[in-house]
Amino acid sequence: MDETVKKYTTRKEFFKQYKKKSRLQETWNRFLRNKLAVIGLIIFVFIVLAAVVAPLIADYETDAIKINVPNRLKSPNAEHIFGTDELGRDIMARIVHGARISLVVGFAAVALALFIGGALGAIAGYFGGKIDEVIMRCMDVFLCLPDVLLALAIVAAFGTNLVNMTIAIGLSFTPKFSRVVRSAVMTVRGIEYVEAARAIGATNTQIITNHVLINCFGPIVVQVTLYVASAILTISALSFIGLGIQAPIPEWGNMLASGRVYMRDHAYIVMAPGLAIFVTILSLNLLGDGLRDALDPRLK
Amino acid sequence: MFRFIVKRLFAMIPVILAVTLVVFTIMWFVPGDPTNIILGNEWTETASAQLKTELGLDQSFLVQFFRYTINLVQGDFGMSYITRAPVGEQLMARFPNTLKVVAGAMVFCVGVGVPIGVYSGVKPYSLFSNFTMVVGLLGVSLPIFWLGLLLILFFSVYLGWLPSSGLDGFSSLILPSLALGSNYMANVMRTTRSSMLEVIRQDYIRTAKAKGVNARDVVLKHALQNAMMPTVTVIGMNIGALLGGVVLTETVFSIPGTGRLLVEAINKRDTPTVLGCLVIMAVCVAISNLVVDIVYAYMDPRIKAQYGGGKD
Repeated sequence: MDETVKKYTTRKEFFKQYKKKSRLQETWNRFLRNKLAVIGLIIFVFIVLAAVVAPLIADYETDAIKINVPNRLKSPNAEHIFGTDELGRDIMARIVHGARISLVVGFAAVALALFIGGALGAIAGYFGGKIDEVIMRCMDVFLCLPDVLLALAIVAAFGTNLVNMTIAIGLSFTPKFSRVVRSAVMTVRGIEYVEAARAIGATNTQIITNHVLINCFGPIVVQVTLYVASAILTISALSFIGLGIQAPIPEWGNMLASGRVYMRDHAYIVMAPGLAIFVTILSLNLLGDGLRDALDPRLK
Repeated sequence: MFRFIVKRLFAMIPVILAVTLVVFTIMWFVPGDPTNIILGNEWTETASAQLKTELGLDQSFLVQFFRYTINLVQGDFGMSYITRAPVGEQLMARFPNTLKVVAGAMVFCVGVGVPIGVYSGVKPYSLFSNFTMVVGLLGVSLPIFWLGLLLILFFSVYLGWLPSSGLDGFSSLILPSLALGSNYMANVMRTTRSSMLEVIRQDYIRTAKAKGVNARDVVLKHALQNAMMPTVTVIGMNIGALLGGVVLTETVFSIPGTGRLLVEAINKRDTPTVLGCLVIMAVCVAISNLVVDIVYAYMDPRIKAQYGGGKD
């Protein structure tokens, strides 16, 4: 018997080789071809891992919080690869523990923005007309306030703690998400399967959640990636001006703020936290751009 | 055109009113009794009650908002809880500094970003173009405040060329403008490059070349106007972010501007000053959006035609 024929024992297996690759698989392959995007993904996974295993790298209480004055302002060395800060704490320990805060607040804020903004955007885009007009005019008003300022105002009114920060950043990103989701929904709305779903008697809620939003997944994922980057940046920015995460909790922005006084003689003190922010944002931007190109090949 | 501008100006009024309402509502939630801040050690039950009546703080939310808006229209931003001076005066003193920094950043971002973007769009595979793409990619991810610190370290601490803080004279404006503008410069550069790449492949560019128009005129006269549309959008969209970023720039470079005033006021719970800063910045964003719309209309003959074919 011929070799090739023997390989396929059943019909199913034979046809498998001709089976069309799933859309997800295709997208993933396109993504892998984009070197920069893969680099972004690797860096970001590395950062997430560092945040997850932070307690193994350094103990939170003894290395990142406890003041150790005799050890202060030590330049980078074998024991402290990024040196120690003005209170003798290991900068590396503070960076990895800071990553946990940035990532958690970043993702939580974007999740909140996506939830509220997404709901508003979906309603506006799906129903159109008067409802759309009202919702979007309201969002335009919020867009007049730069998001750092809106977040500042909210933090000023409700106080600076982790939850308020998350809410502040989440709310300040809401209008942007409502626009993204709205335009995504508007492109999907007219497609036949939505019409078909309505014809078989699906309710508006069912259509929006099961048919429309599912198919807006691509652009939303891209925006989530890019906005997590801006959320992380906003957290550091607020902490840097003293209205975000407060000392002694390690956060990249407040590390920069407390270190800048010493940077004239100890430049390394502002290097590591700044680099941490920069590399995180860069990796997310690369990842987001890569996802956008992979999800919509026409854009390239 | 005139009709277009007037129409947009009127459309701005409700937006500004609504922004004021939003900010006023958020500030309504500021905890604590403002009379505590104003009176300090002199605080007594009766003095507090008297002051509240004087400032109208015992009125309902709507009455207070209405009063604030009426005063605002007349240019009265209220009285600072801390200095007891009119907020408007402080804003007038600080706002020009903010404008200087923002203008400097804009000049840098347009003056450097657009030419580089155009050049690397026309010659997309050159070494220079690749280099600018890398710079652009890194530039959009650089946090303003960290870049500011690095600039201070390099140009003021090591080289000693430029002042690290304050705002007097042109030299002190260079670093803040670089720090604030580089993010947007990178953005503008990338946008200009990609739209130039698109436009340069169009048929009418080939036609112009075939007619024998020289290469420079093809780029500057034929391609640039169309390629600039996305750039104008990006610049316009970023003015708000620029005004947000100015808070950080002013903190890094210790510039006495509106952003710094805002942060100080938040720390001291000086609500009227916070409100004033936020309102004035929102008005700036609204005005710059209007300017972008007008520039857009001038550049795009289709929009111009909608409003009387450019006759008025």
